[in-house]
Amino acid sequence: MIYYLRKLCLSVVLLGLGLMNASVFGAEIDELTAQINSIGLKGAGHAKARSAMAELAKTDVTDITQILSSFDSSNKLAVNWLRAAVDGIIEQATDNGEAVPIDSLLKFIEDRNNDANARRVAYEWIVELAPGNRDAILLASLQDPSLEIRRDAVAHSIAKAAALVDDDNESALAAYKTTLNSARDLDQIETITKAIEDLGGTVNLSKHFGFLMDWHLIGPFDNSGTKGFDVAYGPEVKIDLGNAIEGKMGNVKWFTHSTEDRYGMMDLNQIMPEKYKGAIAYAYTTFESVKAQDVEIRLGCVNGNKIWVNGKMITSNHVYHANTSIDQYIAKANLKAGSNEILVKVAQNEQEESWAQRWQFQLRVCDQFGTAILSSDRK
Amino acid sequence: MKNKYNIYLLLAFLTTCTPLLSVDWADFRGPDGNPVHDGSLPLNWDVKNNTNVAWRTSLPGRGVSSPIVVGDLVVVTASGGSKQQRLFVLGFDQTSGKQRWKRSFWATGRTYTHPTSSNAAPSPVSDGEYIYAFYSSNDLVCLDLDGNLMWYRGLAHDYPKAGNDVGMASSPAIAGDVVIVQIENQGDSFASGIDRITGEELWRVPRDPRANWSSPVAYKETDGSYTVLLQSPSGLNAVEAKTGNEKWTKDLSCGNITSPLKIDDAIYFGAGGTTKLKLNETGTTPETLWNANRLTANAASPIVDGDKLYIVSGSIVKCADSSNGDLLWQVRLKGRFWATPILSNGHLYTFNQDGLVQIVKTGEEGEIVAEFEVGEPVLGTPAAANNALFFRSDSTLWKISK
Repeated sequence: MIYYLRKLCLSVVLLGLGLMNASVFGAEIDELTAQINSIGLKGAGHAKARSAMAELAKTDVTDITQILSSFDSSNKLAVNWLRAAVDGIIEQATDNGEAVPIDSLLKFIEDRNNDANARRVAYEWIVELAPGNRDAILLASLQDPSLEIRRDAVAHSIAKAAALVDDDNESALAAYKTTLNSARDLDQIETITKAIEDLGGTVNLSKHFGFLMDWHLIGPFDNSGTKGFDVAYGPEVKIDLGNAIEGKMGNVKWFTHSTEDRYGMMDLNQIMPEKYKGAIAYAYTTFESVKAQDVEIRLGCVNGNKIWVNGKMITSNHVYHANTSIDQYIAKANLKAGSNEILVKVAQNEQEESWAQRWQFQLRVCDQFGTAILSSDRK
Repeated sequence: MKNKYNIYLLLAFLTTCTPLLSVDWADFRGPDGNPVHDGSLPLNWDVKNNTNVAWRTSLPGRGVSSPIVVGDLVVVTASGGSKQQRLFVLGFDQTSGKQRWKRSFWATGRTYTHPTSSNAAPSPVSDGEYIYAFYSSNDLVCLDLDGNLMWYRGLAHDYPKAGNDVGMASSPAIAGDVVIVQIENQGDSFASGIDRITGEELWRVPRDPRANWSSPVAYKETDGSYTVLLQSPSGLNAVEAKTGNEKWTKDLSCGNITSPLKIDDAIYFGAGGTTKLKLNETGTTPETLWNANRLTANAASPIVDGDKLYIVSGSIVKCADSSNGDLLWQVRLKGRFWATPILSNGHLYTFNQDGLVQIVKTGEEGEIVAEFEVGEPVLGTPAAANNALFFRSDSTLWKISK
């Protein structure tokens, strides 16, 4: 009985599937991708998006760039749904022996106004299905707005420069320097820097990254029990570089320090009079901007931290000794033309473990791609 | 893929007539969180000569997560890209090792980890119908068995302070219709129950704001409801899976890497060495049966097989009497361990961080009976199904079988 019931179920479903199997086209695709692009926080819009995904899966692979055109990477969640749809459609098409429109994907990549992540998807499928196009794409992609495509282009360029070493060191050095201008990832920058220096060249790494090297400092202020993190000590109220103010262990005054570390590291355990625990230091500097512009302030800091730009707090991270790296915290800021004030609060706790003693920060100003923006008075 | 969705609809419809697909090893540490395989695994293999290596396949990124086996599918996660921002979920045919599908995403949360770890640190889990892949960046992906996306949540996108730049590693658990995640760190620290079908949040409760890598453990009560164990440095809590409401708590200083093990009416967990609790029928705070401070596990979680308890303490495998915690024997191994061993046919299969496999014969005494080099670091706990061992080294997935 159950066997026949199953057969009946199967027949009904297969009939239904036949009716449902019609492809979606044109405006339908746009409506479906719009539903997916409406996904919000905390699962908002999931029900409609799930239905849309099921329908979107019926898209003919020849229309794949229409879905790619709907990518908007400002919605980080939606691009992942859309990517899954694109990958599934192409994967199914290749399984079925259908032709994937490589020419359309190539044109899609060429238009740099298209979404960076969508272009990356197209690139990956081209490399997978038509790898002969890879080198030509990468040769033209050293300044690509897709940092993932650019990374591959930089790797390609590094390999070409390396091939010149010994036979033509002058050309190799020039090739490395050109490549460095495009590199944005730390590992590639370090690889290129070493190669340039091995060839007798020099690299101003701190300038390449845009680390701020010259600071005014003051401290310590009390952070016993980490309770000072949200206390607005004097520097948060008013920057007065001339007068002493009350600190944790008596009056403290601003002093200056310039780091020579090529990664812009300010090691407060070395710079401050002592290796304070349960303490806060403030660092202050000015940044001369040639114009009003939106920038990213990128901080690496293993301690609790806050940053203010022109008096406005742009990030707050009450985290201690949980690893650090360049660009660990990224905050957006609006610079005005002329002089801008940057204030950093660096909070040390009282952990005693050997791995919990660092008290330091490194900060740079750059654009959304990680390209350094330099203060106009930088030497 | 359009046909895959139709097939999914077909499968969903037939679910009323047929049970879900069989599930073999679909969780971190296997069925019930106790990595014991009722089968026979090879006692010798050689990766250079492919002796007993059924297949191996390169992965598109790194990872320290465990593979899982769901029917004839092996699923593993990986992460790649310059900042580990690329997330991968991969499905392989269990028999041939051929890749059936690959899904790729961009992380929406923090992607920094210690170099030895990876964004792909939490292990995926499956209920036999869907796969739930989770990452250090707190991205939670639900796929069907054909790799079709059911939903995608960015939990650190929702709660931006959630994360730990050392890396998160807690694996999700399934409790009935609820996916449980435990996201404990110095920022937005919480546990949450998420509807397994819709991906919507059912509940969220604040947790100890300290780093923790322990994974939640779910079990079914006699009334059909599910309870979830959450181990943190400040204690062990039991909560209702559907609501997150607390049922009981044990305020003990607990390990923050190992995960609890629930077997029948007992719970073994890392507190003051190892502690054993006895659950009661009323669902109130369980009684402490014993505590053994000599049984301190660092990263690997406890394993119980009848009257024997096994833990890895530093580089020493310890066997204890599970009824009272008395130490029976111990064997010193080589190296540092993150992966929980698998017990099969009287042998513990241990993997150290350097990729050295050391097989310990258990019994009245422990004895190392075999050693093999994998050639890559191994930090993820292996899986076992159908007399085969599945494990992932840094960027390779392996099947070991006769």
